[in-house]
Amino acid sequence: MIETLKKYIRPDVFPTPFCPGCGHGILMQALLRAIDELKLDIDKMVFLSGIGCAAWIPSPHFAADTMHTTHGRPITFATGIKLVNPKLKVVVISGDGDLSAIGGNHLIHAARRNIEMTVICANNSIYGMTGGQVAPTTPTGAKSATTPQGNPERDFDLCKLVKGAGADYVARGTVYHMRELIKYLKTALQHKGFSFVDVISPCYTQFGRRNQNTCGGSASSAIMNLKTAVSKTPQDGEILTGEF
Amino acid sequence: MFLQGNEACALGAIAAGCRFYAGYPITPSSEIMERMAVELPKADGTFIQMEDEIGSIGAVIGAAWTGAKSMTATSGPGLSLMLENIGYGIMTETPCVIVDVQRAGPSTGQATKVASGDVMQVRWGTHGDYEIIAFSPWSVQEMYELTIKAFNLAETYRTPVFLLSDEAVGHLREKAELSKDVEIIKRSPKSDKPFFGPGALMPTLGQGKKLSITGSTHDEWGIRKTQSPEIQAKFTTHFCDKIRLNADRITEYEEYYLDGQTTVLVIAYGFTARSALRAVELAREKGGKAGLLRLKTVWPMPENKLKSLPTSISKIIVPEMNQGQVIREFR
Repeated sequence: MIETLKKYIRPDVFPTPFCPGCGHGILMQALLRAIDELKLDIDKMVFLSGIGCAAWIPSPHFAADTMHTTHGRPITFATGIKLVNPKLKVVVISGDGDLSAIGGNHLIHAARRNIEMTVICANNSIYGMTGGQVAPTTPTGAKSATTPQGNPERDFDLCKLVKGAGADYVARGTVYHMRELIKYLKTALQHKGFSFVDVISPCYTQFGRRNQNTCGGSASSAIMNLKTAVSKTPQDGEILTGEF
Repeated sequence: MFLQGNEACALGAIAAGCRFYAGYPITPSSEIMERMAVELPKADGTFIQMEDEIGSIGAVIGAAWTGAKSMTATSGPGLSLMLENIGYGIMTETPCVIVDVQRAGPSTGQATKVASGDVMQVRWGTHGDYEIIAFSPWSVQEMYELTIKAFNLAETYRTPVFLLSDEAVGHLREKAELSKDVEIIKRSPKSDKPFFGPGALMPTLGQGKKLSITGSTHDEWGIRKTQSPEIQAKFTTHFCDKIRLNADRITEYEEYYLDGQTTVLVIAYGFTARSALRAVELAREKGGKAGLLRLKTVWPMPENKLKSLPTSISKIIVPEMNQGQVIREFR
């Protein structure tokens, strides 16, 4: 644990509940580093999350106001908080299933309203906590607990979705590229208006073991294959990172 | 003042100190939202029309935790969507007011027709163990007064409170006196630790308290305890007891022609009680010993009152605008 970040963590919450190889702990560190480097007053921030592995990044770890809400709904609670007290910096951290499947409607409408909040999607292309079921972000062909023959559907590009809904700061980073990720998070946290950062974070327990890096372009395999993740001209199945 | 029930509800909310409203259009409740859109900016409050009812109640709970008294209004189909987050409100002990202007169901049913089909939905609609408070107004006057009381009880007991209205009362236009001199329960600025459980005051986000709020089972500090049967038992008992043990303070009812001579008792709530009272009066004119117990709070039931009813009563009639829901409480 980095000493300078200890002050942002509640006592007695470690070890984290994350599996070996999970990227969510790295994302947690990247976010706290961004907050620390920006010298933000964490007592004037509220961290919201929905349901799933990613929802446990802020709750209970962060020594700050945290609101662990219902599945898919953190953005709605965040909207009420921001409207009543616009001085608070409101950050939503949740998973890809939470934000883009059950909570997809709230995501696009918050982006459309351009309400000032930062939404961070810990995107592992799978429903981890419930046992590895297919998500809207699971690549075509990937195996999951509910697509044992391979996912017949297309996957969601969340950055394109949110951009299309009107957000004017949208970025995608990975937990493998820490400097870039912290830079994107810092820019998002300082942005006036709605900001969205899609963070590719591997899930070896639920995604990796079923796909064994055979499914090009998946979050997990992208992390394992650096070239794919940093590609600026994505070929079929590759993931594009950067600011959009 | 001559006005509509739904408008009286909005004005009651403003008088009670409501400073945040989030909602989604639905007949026959929309006039509440439209009036709040006019009134809230004048009162330095905030109004937002959300993308759906799920978002509305989410924003209302978020606003409540940021220090604003907050409300939403809907009808049955919208209430069905809100139920999960209402459970979150119960679990996180969040004061807020939910108005249900009932229409005929199930499903879309008849949007402009009156019914009382949601009376059990507000009682048991969200999953798990809890008690609920629901007022049942019968007049425009009560749309104003009981909205204020709903806000007060939400603060007192730190829980979502329902104003269970219906299309007839919501769209009724009649005279009402809207007193500005109303008793309001303000939120204490202290909110010392602990943050949850018996006696805990409602804290506010953004004050350096480092609140942990979760819809999962949690301890007094809000830290998730999803493996402890003791804490699960302690908190579900608390959610029930804070209402059960205060039922005599919470419940309100009116008695008409109810004495030791009454043989037929009508128990009614909401708009139905107006017809019930007329029927009782007609019976009395013909020499029948009928009486009326009108429930202003439909939940919790005034159990002590019901236990002490005169022994002269040989028959109880429970007229409802449904196939028989509250009557099951008396069988």
